[in-house]
Amino acid sequence: MTGFPGSEAIVAGIFLVAVATTVAGALIAALTTRIIRSVCGLALCCVGLAGLYYFLHSPFLALMEILIYVGAVCVTIVFAIMLAEPEESAAQEKRGTVWLGSAVGLVLGGAIFWGLARLGLAGPWSVPATRVTDGSVPALGVALLTTYSMAFELISLVLLVAILGALVIARTGRTQP
Amino acid sequence: MTLTNLHEQLGVYLVLAAFLFATGVYGLVRRRTLIGMLIAGELIFAAASLNLMALNRFVAPDPAVGQIFVLFIMGLAAAEVAIALSIVIAVYRNYRSVNAKDLSDLNG
Repeated sequence: MTGFPGSEAIVAGIFLVAVATTVAGALIAALTTRIIRSVCGLALCCVGLAGLYYFLHSPFLALMEILIYVGAVCVTIVFAIMLAEPEESAAQEKRGTVWLGSAVGLVLGGAIFWGLARLGLAGPWSVPATRVTDGSVPALGVALLTTYSMAFELISLVLLVAILGALVIARTGRTQP
Repeated sequence: MTLTNLHEQLGVYLVLAAFLFATGVYGLVRRRTLIGMLIAGELIFAAASLNLMALNRFVAPDPAVGQIFVLFIMGLAAAEVAIALSIVIAVYRNYRSVNAKDLSDLNG
């Protein structure tokens, strides 16, 4: 890290880019009217989150975030959008309901943001004296196969049941050829 | 709090996670289709994951625990999205719409 001129500024710049990507993606996901743009916003937000995970010393989770969210979740949602055509037409709703919904959402979101940010900034966070592990990928693998091996096996079972359940639910009602 | 070591401060991540959560709640209230609500729910999942990761990096004595927790959150979110989207498809087959307003068969 040391020696390269301006490395700190470059790191800070990359961090700000990651933060801006996350914020912009979240805003696009929540505010656009067309649902396909909302999915693109979610993908952008997840790319920014992967950058933040990299800054939080866990490159493995950054890769997993891109692989699972951008690669699997967003693509699945795009498939569902193509199958179900969920276009929100603004003309259907009365203007009063739109304004009321927006106002309720803004007040709720603002209150949650204010309260959580205040709690997060005010709380006395104690830094631990010693670290048990270094949180690297080998430590992660050892913990997954020793302490959390039962949960690791169980989540594979959950994923299997979820795939089978999704197939069963999506097949019913389909007209037989 | 200086600008150059902004990525080494816990507060930045916590405020960002609060922002993501608030955006997700706004979308959840505002959206009228089931898929839009699902996307807002994913934003809330992302906020929870970021919060856990930030506290894991700065406060937890064992930095592997939070990463494994977030890994499991990702797996469960993937399973949830698969199930929810198949329900959305089934709803669309029966109602020809995924607007939350149209699903009112039990409305008396």
